[in-house]
Order: sequence, then structure tokens, then C-alpha cells
Amino acid sequence: MSGQEFVPLSLTPMLIGIFAAVACALPGNFLLLRRQALIGDAISHVVLPGIVLAFLVTGVISTWPMMLGAAGAAIVAVVMIEAIRRLGRIEPGAAMGVVFTTMFAGGVLLLEQSDTSTVHLDVEHALYGNLESLIWLDATGWSSLLDPEALRYLPTELPRMALTLVGVCLFTALFWRALKISTFDEGFARTMGIRTNLLGLGLVITAAVAAVAAFDAVGSIIVIAMFICPPAAARLMTNRLEAQIAWSVLFAVVSAVLGYALAGFGPLWLGGADSVSAAGMIATVSGVILAIAARFGPARGRSGAPAGV
Amino acid sequence: MLLDALLLQLGYNATLVAIGAALLGTSAGITGTFLFLRKRALVSDAVSHATLPGVCIAFLIMAFAGGDGRNLAGLLAGSAVSAGIGLWCMNWLTRNTRLAEDAAIGAVLSVFFGFGIVLLTVIQTLGVGRQAGLEGFLLGSTAGMLYSDAVVIAAGGAVTLFLVLLTRRPMTLVAFDPEYAAARGLPVDRIDMLMMGLVMAVTVVGLKIVGLILIVALLIIPAVTARFWTERSEYVVLLAGLFGGVAAYLGAALSASAPNLPTGPLIVLVSFALFALSLFLAPNRGVLAAVLRHLRFQRRVHLRQGLLALAQGQAIYESLTLRLLQRAGLVRADGVPTSSGKARAAKALRDERRWEVVRSDMDHEAAAALYDGLRDIETVLTPDQIQEIDRQIGGPREVLS
Repeated sequence: MSGQEFVPLSLTPMLIGIFAAVACALPGNFLLLRRQALIGDAISHVVLPGIVLAFLVTGVISTWPMMLGAAGAAIVAVVMIEAIRRLGRIEPGAAMGVVFTTMFAGGVLLLEQSDTSTVHLDVEHALYGNLESLIWLDATGWSSLLDPEALRYLPTELPRMALTLVGVCLFTALFWRALKISTFDEGFARTMGIRTNLLGLGLVITAAVAAVAAFDAVGSIIVIAMFICPPAAARLMTNRLEAQIAWSVLFAVVSAVLGYALAGFGPLWLGGADSVSAAGMIATVSGVILAIAARFGPARGRSGAPAGV
Repeated sequence: MLLDALLLQLGYNATLVAIGAALLGTSAGITGTFLFLRKRALVSDAVSHATLPGVCIAFLIMAFAGGDGRNLAGLLAGSAVSAGIGLWCMNWLTRNTRLAEDAAIGAVLSVFFGFGIVLLTVIQTLGVGRQAGLEGFLLGSTAGMLYSDAVVIAAGGAVTLFLVLLTRRPMTLVAFDPEYAAARGLPVDRIDMLMMGLVMAVTVVGLKIVGLILIVALLIIPAVTARFWTERSEYVVLLAGLFGGVAAYLGAALSASAPNLPTGPLIVLVSFALFALSLFLAPNRGVLAAVLRHLRFQRRVHLRQGLLALAQGQAIYESLTLRLLQRAGLVRADGVPTSSGKARAAKALRDERRWEVVRSDMDHEAAAALYDGLRDIETVLTPDQIQEIDRQIGGPREVLS
């Protein structure tokens, strides 16, 4: 395939997919070790009412109000989960289940009640995303990467996702030591003067930001899959956190690239005419990677690890 | 219109949906209770998302075999198979690798769902049969439900209910204390499997009405709601079934009463309304009850401390204490104790002295353990015992001031 075809049609979706996957996988590592892996799942359900509300208030599909709405919904959800857990003395899993199903149901109801038939906003879109449509039509080949005129028409999701990834990386790097210590031994971290509560909240907020940005670009399936599958597979490869993060980034990138390629070109190789959902395929590939790691990963067993980790 | 819907007067289809939903809600509530008590509520999320590939594959097979492709029983059979595979994967991951259950749930959920979406797009591009309607399984669609569909759902709900009734005792035991159940010789693994099988059955049956994303709510919310009202597991099970059935019935009726009201989300929202009501109003575990309990306790502490201060002739500056004493007619507006106030104060001080004796005497060890600074001594000791103590501390003294 030549650059003439690749750059406008495949480069940007692929890059966005990679950025989204890595941005979700990085906080996912810590969430997995802290046994909060399902937060990604919850966040990706609860942002729907936020996005729909933002659309109803502003009346247009534009990025910033929707991001704000989604972030607001995520915060409301976190507060509600905590409140239900404390006020009702209910275990966290069930509290989460109550909140995210209710908010998702509210979002669907709002969507059905409002007149969104004229614009492209529906539940399927929120679930699958539209990775394939994020193309860069102004590019003519590799040389366009240096052409400021063409660069101006890059899909806006690309710089936004890149910015999110930088933010997530910065958070991880800045709080690396504190995150590492508090993830493995919260009591010890507290005696060292680390504010573990604030740090935990910061981690959840970072995860929410990554999820909302990725959700906007690629849909919720990738978000859930990338929060869990690459870190889980990486966990089975090594006993060191640094190596685990490196593996998880690698797995995330491989899933994004391979998933996108398989979705776009796999059916053609099999004689089909059309492509299949890239978001779904990326999630599937990450699952295959996890399956391989679970079967052959060098650190897959429990021996040597404390029970339940 | 709404009343008509509630009374099943909105025609054949709406009636079918409402009755089917009520049956489904009841069996989901009951099944979900065991899952909730076992602290595995979110497993149902993985199971429900894992049904999607099965639905698609069943559709493809039936379409290629020349059938309609939309036969509900066939689609549900497919979804049951893939939910079973998902469940097996989840159990395998938690048992054979170091991954915790939440990671396994998330992995199965996202991967199966992602694969299902891939298959959905395959079906769309292949253009086989009439694929419209498969998306309905995501969020449920009750429009155009056939009589045969309703029969499938009703039969499924009834079978689930029957199985739960048969196995409720061992399931309760395992849900509360798996180690004890194992020591009693119960096959914990197999009972867990049965529990998951029931969850799977409810999920599969509910796909058509509520959709696979929201069926989790029917399993979790009624159980959590019922838990507020009682401490006994039999009642939690019954109440959860009741709440689930009522919520599903109301939701289905509401959605039939006006256009653009999807059934699944409405059922979930009605269950959440029941949950919110219970959270605030339930006796004992509810928020309102807790607030009242706290206020009552606060008043007792203030009154008691106020009386002790009066008895020792100390001035009271705390405004709440003064207000409470005044309202009880124990002090006048200027803070001077009334005669009944003096009497109560003297009694409080004397009780405090009595408690001191009780707590220093090893013979009263059991009674002393009940001391919390508020308890009336008469509720702990007999009149004889109090007289005995009084002999040690001498007669009543007059209050100062």
C-alpha cells in the first residue's frame, strides 16, 4: 500500500486508536492492581447521559460541551457510588451496578425522548464509535505531514487524543513513586506522608479524562477493553511494575494496529467487500492477546504472588 | 392513558409485554438476591455482555440455513451458549491465573461484546436476511413482540422461578458462608454454577425486553432495594422478587402509555426510584431513620449533660442544651432550674454516683459493661440492687443553688 492511500485513509484513525489505547492502558495498570478494574466499565456507561444532556442544552454536536457533560456525568457517578456505598452500607460492586445502569438508562431515555433524528447521535454510535470515519482527506501522501496547509485539516480528535495521552503520561511520571507505593502498600504509603485518598481520586479522575476523550473518538468498547485487557495480559508476563507498564503499552499498540488492520482489510482478504467495526476488532484482538498471555505468560500463576493479587 | 396501561387495557401487545416483564422482573429479582448476597453482583454484567456473539452467530447460522434468522428461541439458545462460554472463560481466568475476579469480569465483558459488535457489522455488510432487529437486543425492543416470543419469555421466567424455589436453601447457605457450606458437605462449586446458570437464564430471557446492557440492573437493583427492609434472607428474596416484578410491570406499562418511551430503560428507572425511596425511607437501615436516630441520641446526650451541670451548680452556655432543658420544663428562660428540673438533676447526679459504684464493683461486672453515660440505671439493676448501692453511698443530697 502506498503512502498516497495510507496517509489520508488509515494513518489518522490508526494513530487515534493507538493514542486512545495507550491513554487507557496506562491508568488501567494501576486500577487493575488496586482491584478497581471495573471503573472503566462504569465510566463508559455513565458518560452517555452527560453527552446527551450537553447536546440538548447546546443543540449542536460539538466537542467541548460534550466533553464537559461527560466529565460532569462521571463525577456525578463517582459521588453517587460513594454516597450509596456509605449511606446504604452496600458493597462497592453492587453500588456501582446500581449507579451505572441507572445513569445509562436515563441517557437512553433522554436520547429517545429528544429529537436527535437529524444529527448523528445514537446509542450505537456511542458504543462502537466511528474510528473509521476519522480520515484526513486533505493529505496526499507522506509529504503532507510536513505541509502546514494540509495539517490544518487534520481530524481534531487526533491532537485532542494526543494531548490526553501526554496528560496521562505526565500524571503517571510525576506521581510514579507515590502511585507505586500506595498501590502496593497503602498503609506504608500513608506513614510516608503520601495523601493516598487524594492520589486515588486523582487516578480515578485521570482514568475518567482518558475514558471521556477516548469515548468521544472511538466509542466505549475500546475504552473498557483497553482499561483491562492490556494491563491484565501484562500482569501475566512479569512481576515488576515497570515491565508490566511497558508490556501493557506494547499490547495496547499491537491491539490497536492489528485490530484496525484486520477490521479494514481482513474481510477483503477473505473475499468480502466491506470492512467490519474497527472498535470491536481492536477489543477482540486485545482479548486474544490476553488469552495467549493467560495460557503461556511466564508469570501467569499465583505462586510467588500474594493471594488474591 | 397511564391508568389504561396499568390495567392492561392498551391492547394485546402491551398486555403481553407487561405480563412477560413482570414475570421476568420477579425471577430476576429473586435470582439476583443470591448473587448480591454472594457479593458477585457484577458477574451478571459479564454474562449479559457475553450473550451478544451468540445471538449474532445463531442469526448467521439460521440465515444461512435458509430460515428467518430471527426466530427468538434460536437466538436465545445461541446467546445462552456464548454466555456459558463467557462464564467459563471468567472462571478459568480467576482460577488458573493470578487475575482477580473484577479483571476477569471486565476482560470477558469487553472482549465478548467487542467480538459481538464485529459480528453485527459482518451481518450488516453481508446483507443476509432481514437483519433489522438484532440491534434491539442491545437495549431491548418490545414493539412487535409476537405471542410466541411472550410464551418463550413467560416459560423461561416460570422455570427460573421454580428452580430457585427448589434450591433456595443450599444457595442461601453458600451465599452467606461458602466455607461453612463446604464443611457441611455441600458441593459449593456446583451450587455456584447453578447460581450462574440461573443468572444466565434470566439474562437470556430478558434480552428481548430489557436488552443486554440493562438486564444487569434487574438482577442487582431489586436485591439491593430489598436488603434495606429486612435482615432475614427469606424476606430479602421475597421482597426482591416483589420489587423486581412491580418495577418491571410499572416500567412496561409506562412505556406503553406514550410513544418514544423505551421499555428497558423505563424498567430500570422505576427500579431505581424504588431503590432511592428505600434508601431514604427504610426503617432501621434507611438514611432518614439514621438521621432521626442520631438526633435522638444527640438530644439525650445534651439533656443528660445539662442535668449533670445543673446538679453541680455549673452555668450552661450551650444553646441547644438550654433549649432542650427549657422545652422539657426543667429550666426557666433565664437558666434557673425549676423544681422538677432540680429533682431530675439530683436524680441524674445520684445515678452517676450509683454507676460509679457499679463500675468499681466486680460483682456488677455484667451490668457495668452496659454503661454508656446515658442508660438509666433502673433498666440494668433491680430495685433491691439499687437499694444496696444506695446504702453504700448514703442518702440523697440537696442540689446546690
